[in-house]
Amino acid sequence: MSDPTNAYQSLSETTAQDDPRWAFGTGFTDDVAAEISAPVPAGVDPADLAAYCLMLGDDALIYQHRLSEWVANAPELEEEVALANIALDLLGQARVLLSRAGHLTGVGIKGGSAGSTAAEDRLAYFRVESEFRNVALVEQPDDLDFGRCIAHLLLFSTWRLALLHRLVSSADPVIAAVAAKGVKEVAYHRDYAVRWTLRLGDGTAESHRRMQAGLDGAWAFLEELFRTSDEERRLVGAGVAVDPAETRAEVEEVLDQVLTRATLLRPTTRPMGTVGGRGGRQGLHTEKLGPVVDELQSLARRFEGATW
Amino acid sequence: MVRDALAQVVDPEMPMLTLDDLGVIRSVEETADGVVVTITPTYSGCPALEVMRDDIRAALAGYGPVEVRTVLSPAWSTDWISEAGRRKLAEAGIAPPGSAPRGPVPLLLTAPRVRCPRCGEPVTEELSRFGPTACTALRRCPACREPFEHMKEI
Repeated sequence: MSDPTNAYQSLSETTAQDDPRWAFGTGFTDDVAAEISAPVPAGVDPADLAAYCLMLGDDALIYQHRLSEWVANAPELEEEVALANIALDLLGQARVLLSRAGHLTGVGIKGGSAGSTAAEDRLAYFRVESEFRNVALVEQPDDLDFGRCIAHLLLFSTWRLALLHRLVSSADPVIAAVAAKGVKEVAYHRDYAVRWTLRLGDGTAESHRRMQAGLDGAWAFLEELFRTSDEERRLVGAGVAVDPAETRAEVEEVLDQVLTRATLLRPTTRPMGTVGGRGGRQGLHTEKLGPVVDELQSLARRFEGATW
Repeated sequence: MVRDALAQVVDPEMPMLTLDDLGVIRSVEETADGVVVTITPTYSGCPALEVMRDDIRAALAGYGPVEVRTVLSPAWSTDWISEAGRRKLAEAGIAPPGSAPRGPVPLLLTAPRVRCPRCGEPVTEELSRFGPTACTALRRCPACREPFEHMKEI
């Protein structure tokens, strides 16, 4: 019997078709093969493009993991659902970008002890910390402090929206497609963060204090968002990447407007420095990333190649 | 024939809508080797996509091998939901989406207005921007006091 209201029925229907699934992916790469394997734009080094896909993908992957820590811990059910939804959107963006990076570098196409494990899975679950290319902001824990959570989300979504908005016209069709979809999604993320910032900042003395403290802490990681890596510099010329430095004016203007309206002060926190010019984009991370990667990968590493 | 069978497939999370109503089916090709259906995800991480894919395969099982492809571009928009789909949403108590925004994303410091799908009250309050599915927001009507979902414009 077909019951259209039972979402699980069709899943059990396919089980009979001998269709075991790798526990951490569902053959996604096969279905979007046409787009993922689009030719590399003229004049572009595939290694640069792969690195750039990892940067954009790892930002989303690591941040969605941090956001997911709120599940079963949020102050209200509505906020839990919201944060989980935001995480899910970012996970979707990360999957496509990691698949593209895997295609470009030949990761996960064949071989590996997990056999045909999709590229996105190999990249997410079997890289070591120094191979991740995300910015430091997304590694930082909220420690279940909602003010900190909203501060991180406000900075991240404002910046990512500015980036994706410019990437809609990227010469790489996969990045352009992720951006076109992502702009719509991240617009909602920013909106959510903005409205909570207004509510907390212009709320009680306690909510104001906590929101301001969240911003003061997060501000140290803002500067890195505008630093241009060598790969990005080369890809900007080919029309593939956006120079993140170009997003600074827009990001700061949005943040200033929101903070003013929320009666919050623009933090004067000193920006986190680099180590010989290197940072997250070069694989050099804060000590906060290790535990995230550990937790993210524990199941896949413990039961490599598991199916369900 | 294939189209008719496909027209029966509903959205797993909003079963009052068919996939056609939702506007996610981009193309259907019948070849000598079987059927190729191309769909667009509504949201990047939409978990319903896998279920849609399985449902399409099951519905078309009698027409030879079925391949379901996913394309990301052009990105799905709520503007692609059919008029019939909008009516069915409203009948099911879900406020249909307005026109999707275009161009640069404006910074909004106030909330947009959504009419209550049950009593028609024009001003309702938002409980949460994110609802039980990726594509809906949760709202409440101050007149009839009922909570309801609103499909977000994207």
